[in-house]
Parts: sequence; structure tokens; C-alpha cells
Amino acid sequence: MSAAADEAPSLNVELLGADERRHRFAMFGLSVPALLLVALVLLAPFSWLTWLSLFDASGALSSENYARLLRPAYINSFLSTLEVSALVTGICVLLGYPVAYLLSQLSQRTAQILLVFIILPFWTSVLVRTYAWLVLLQREGIINTWLKQLGLISESLPLVNNLTGTVIGMVHVMLPFLILPLYSSMRAIDPVYLKAAANCGASPAQAFRQVFLPLSAPGLGAGGALTFVLCLGFYLTPALLGGGRVAMWSTQIADAVSKFANWGAASALSVALLVVTSLILLLMRWGVQRLGTSVGEH
Amino acid sequence: MHLRRFAFAGLIGTAAICAASSAFANDTLTVAGLGGNLQKDLSATLWQPAAAGAGVSISEETQDGIAAVRVQVQSGSPTWDVVHLGADECAVGGKEGLFEPLDYNVVKSDGFDKKAYGKDWIATNTYSVVLAWRTDAYKDKHPTSWKDFWDVKAFPGRRALSAYPQEMMEITLLGAGVAKDALYPLDTKLALERLKEIKPNISVWWSSGAQSAQILKDKEVDMMAIWGSRVASVIKDGAPVEFTYQDGLLGYGCMAILKGSKNVAAAQKFIAGVVSPEIQARIPEMMPYYGPSNSLAFKVGKFSPEVLAKSNMSPENVAKQTPIDTNWWRDNSELVREDYSLLMSN
Repeated sequence: MSAAADEAPSLNVELLGADERRHRFAMFGLSVPALLLVALVLLAPFSWLTWLSLFDASGALSSENYARLLRPAYINSFLSTLEVSALVTGICVLLGYPVAYLLSQLSQRTAQILLVFIILPFWTSVLVRTYAWLVLLQREGIINTWLKQLGLISESLPLVNNLTGTVIGMVHVMLPFLILPLYSSMRAIDPVYLKAAANCGASPAQAFRQVFLPLSAPGLGAGGALTFVLCLGFYLTPALLGGGRVAMWSTQIADAVSKFANWGAASALSVALLVVTSLILLLMRWGVQRLGTSVGEH
Repeated sequence: MHLRRFAFAGLIGTAAICAASSAFANDTLTVAGLGGNLQKDLSATLWQPAAAGAGVSISEETQDGIAAVRVQVQSGSPTWDVVHLGADECAVGGKEGLFEPLDYNVVKSDGFDKKAYGKDWIATNTYSVVLAWRTDAYKDKHPTSWKDFWDVKAFPGRRALSAYPQEMMEITLLGAGVAKDALYPLDTKLALERLKEIKPNISVWWSSGAQSAQILKDKEVDMMAIWGSRVASVIKDGAPVEFTYQDGLLGYGCMAILKGSKNVAAAQKFIAGVVSPEIQARIPEMMPYYGPSNSLAFKVGKFSPEVLAKSNMSPENVAKQTPIDTNWWRDNSELVREDYSLLMSN
């Protein structure tokens, strides 16, 4: 009797284990198409890209393509790409955080209506939006003309064909990418926590800083990282609104392909961008985790 | 029985038609141009009559430059036979061995500048890079040469240059007083120094033809270097703008036969037609502000003074300008581009 009772659970464990394995195997089987797709459209091209970057124009194995990245023109555009991306991400955070916060405090219904206005620009082509900024910002554009008619300025402000115009255009394109993940993470924060903080004697500012901000940090990190990474590869807006002054890494890649037909150089530039992007993402993840814990400890 | 014979005859007939149409297909040249209005104009002005003259039909494709051509040739069996490119790209392609050599017994180079053809490519048209200005910004006296472009005291105002160094290095040196026939090899050091001087007055470095026209039309700049064809369209739109061919740069569009093309002989005949004086003489009237690459066009054609005044290649206008040395750019383009882009953004 007791022997049988001992046997039964072990038999059960075995059966359960087999079942579990079968289940996992089936799940793996289901994800095979997706894995194949990723391998086909991501890993294979990326390996090919890396392979290409190892050969010079004559087809010999060389480090020429990577050595060129250290030349001043490339270092300059690399630093400027990081600078522009950081600036745009920073402004997006400053503008986007309050908007996401407001949305998260409103009723679900009102928030959904307001969200439409944030998603609306997604339905317009980036090209059209960029040209619209050109019309608004240029020397004889709408903004400068109004400011002059109001007597606020006598000479037109240089608002476009420089860094200012590029950043304005990029922030406009990028803002939804920051607000949406941030909003969904803020929605998930239970308001009871804030009430609990108030019950413990926290002022609204304290409750926000010590409870809400750390809890929204993962969303902020995700949105910020997404924005920053998308900025790193931005081509169209800087090319149209930068007036040739804003050197972006993507412009160098495009030139290497279309102006010089130098696939090796273009590949090396792309590999470098991908590696740096990955490093920055890792760094950001680490930073956000620290932010989440350290603010929470106070 | 009868029915079967009939069916058999029908089969043979169909086969014969197929054979005939495939024989006909061999005489179809695939010509790939850079697309847009330029290709439409080139096709109507040069390609269609040249194809008719050579007894071939052409089917048109578009491409976006030497990178696409390289991919076609590397594939081993290119689907294009003939490409139209900028001459610097033809020179690069020639150096890389992407083209079949041109047979200069078939293609006649009489009437061509020596810089306008190579072993395996020939210029089919010219374009000009000119100095243009807003007449509402310069009412009393307007700039007349690149020296004035650099003279910010006598001619204040916002300026624009191209974001790519080709032609810009040349006009910089002309502005610095370098003689036309002493331009090449370009003194890049002097050019970059002079560009650095003018940089604070450059408000846009334009990177496309459409952009160059837009900034002039919208008064974003007062004075600029721009393609003749683009400034012509701005003037046509009614903007208060003028330009001069004085000190202009002459560049070329060119054609070449892709290595591995199965229609080389027909392509040679086609290109011979495109560059013949008779067909080239169609350019001044049908494509004003572009020019024939073959100067004999002005011998065989009779043009009104208005057409001659507009054409960048009329004997009077061509004397004011300097042809670009595409071979110099073929060998130096990449490094000059790096220095130039560093200068723009630093």
C-alpha cells in the first residue's frame, strides 16, 4: 500500500515531465517559421554585410574599410550623429513625459481620443511632414513672415537648413515613438500606490518622485532607447532640413553606396553603426535598471 | 483527318510567329537612364530617332547610378544593354571594366572635346553649372562671375553651393583667379581654404536638383551655383532670377554599353546615331539649357538667335565656360568628398 503510494507520484512526475517536454517541443515547432524568417531576413544579410566589409575594392582581404572609419570626416559624422540623436531624444523626453503623464491620469475614454492626435502623424508620410517644416521654417516661410509682421524680429531667423531645423523635424517624427511605450507603462501603474504614499505622509511631489517616476522608468527607458536608436539611422529629415550642415552616419552610408559604389566601405559603416547601437542599448538597459532601483531606495 | 492536318498547320504557323517575334526581340535594345524629365526629354530628342536610324527598337528602364550598373554587370547577364549616366560615373565604370569598348569606326567622335569621350563611353549631352542670382536682392548691380560670389562686401546676401564637391571645387578656383586652362589638376588645398572663407555666408549646401531650385525660388538664398536646366525652370515659374554662363562649368551626360550585353553591335549603331551631328542638333530646340556634346551640331543645324542665346553649347556661350575633367574626378572624388563634407559640417 505504502509502496504503491510512493510509486504513484514518481510515475506522475515522469508523465508530467514527458508532457512538459512534448509541450515545449510543440511550442518550439510553432516558432520555427518565425525563427527561420529572422534568420533569413536578419542574420543572413547581416552576416553577408560583415563578410563584405572585410574586403577592399580589389577583392582582397583587408582592414581598409575599418581603418577609414578613423579618418576625420567619418569620426566627425559619427560624433555628430550621436550628438543629434541624444539631443532629439532629450527633447522628446522633456516634451513627451508630461504628455504621457497627462494621458495616463485621464479617463481611458478621453485618453483614447487624445491618443488619436498623437498617432495621427504616423499616417502621414515622413517626406510630406518634412517638406511641411521647410515651408514653415524657411527664410520667407510662414513663421518668419508672421514674426516680422508682428514686429518681433527685423531679420529672418535661421530656423532651417541647420541643426535647429533638423532637430525640430526629427522631434516631430520621433515623439510618438517615445510617448506610446511610456504611456502604456504609466497606465499599468496602480494609482493605489500613490494613495498609499500619500497615506504615509508623502507630498504629491514626493509621491511622484519616489513612487511614480521609478515605476515609469522602464517605459521611459524603452521609449528613450527606441527613439535614440531610430535617430541613429535617420536619413531623410537631416538630409532635407540640415542644409548639408548636419553630417549623419546614414548619409555616409548612402554616399558610399550611391556615389562611390563602394560596398565594402558601406558595409563597414553599417557594421560599426550596429555595434555601437547594440552597446548603447545595453548601456541604457543597465542605466534604467539602476535608475529604477536607486530612486526607489530613497 | 482534315481537322488534324489543319491543327498541325496551325501549330507550325504559331511556331513560326514565335520564332519571328523572338528574332525581332534580339533587335530590341534595353536602355537604362536616370529617370524623370531628363530621361523623357533624352528619349524623345535623341534615343527614339537614333533607334529608328539604327533599325532597332528600344525598351526603357531606369537606374540610379553606377552602383546599379555594377550589380547588373556582376550578375553575368545584364538585362540592360546601354546606360545613360553622368560622365564621372562613366569614367569610373570604364576604369572598373564594366563596359564594352566603343568601336570608334562606327561611333564618330569628330566634333567632340577630348574630355568628352573615353575608350568605352561617349558624352551624349552637356549640362552647365552656372551662377544665378535673385534680381530683387541685387537691383542695381548683380554679380557677374565667381569672383563676385566670394566678394561678400560688394555683394552681401545668403549663398548656396552644392553638397558635393564636383564643380564646386572648380568654381572656387575660378573665383580665386585661377586661369580656366590651368584648372586641372585641381589645387584642392587652395580650394578648401577659399571655401572655408566663404562658408559663413553659405546658408544652404544643396544635395538635389529639386532642392536647388526650391531654395532659389523661395528666396532662401540670394545667389548660388545651380544647374542651367534647374534655373531655367525657376525663371519659367516667374521667379525674379537671372543667371550667366560666364565662368560656368560644362559637365557631360554619357552613354556606355554594359559588359556582357548580347546586342553589342546594335548598341554601337544606336550610340553612333545618338552622337551624330544631325540628331545632336535636335537638342538646342527640344532641350534648351542642355547642350549637344557634338559641336558639329551647330554646323548642320540652323538656329534662331534666341535658341543660340539659351543653348549652353552655342559657340558664343561655350567660349565662356570650362569643361569638367571627368578623369580627374574619377581618380580623386572619394578623398575630396571627405574633406569637403568635413568642411561643410564642421
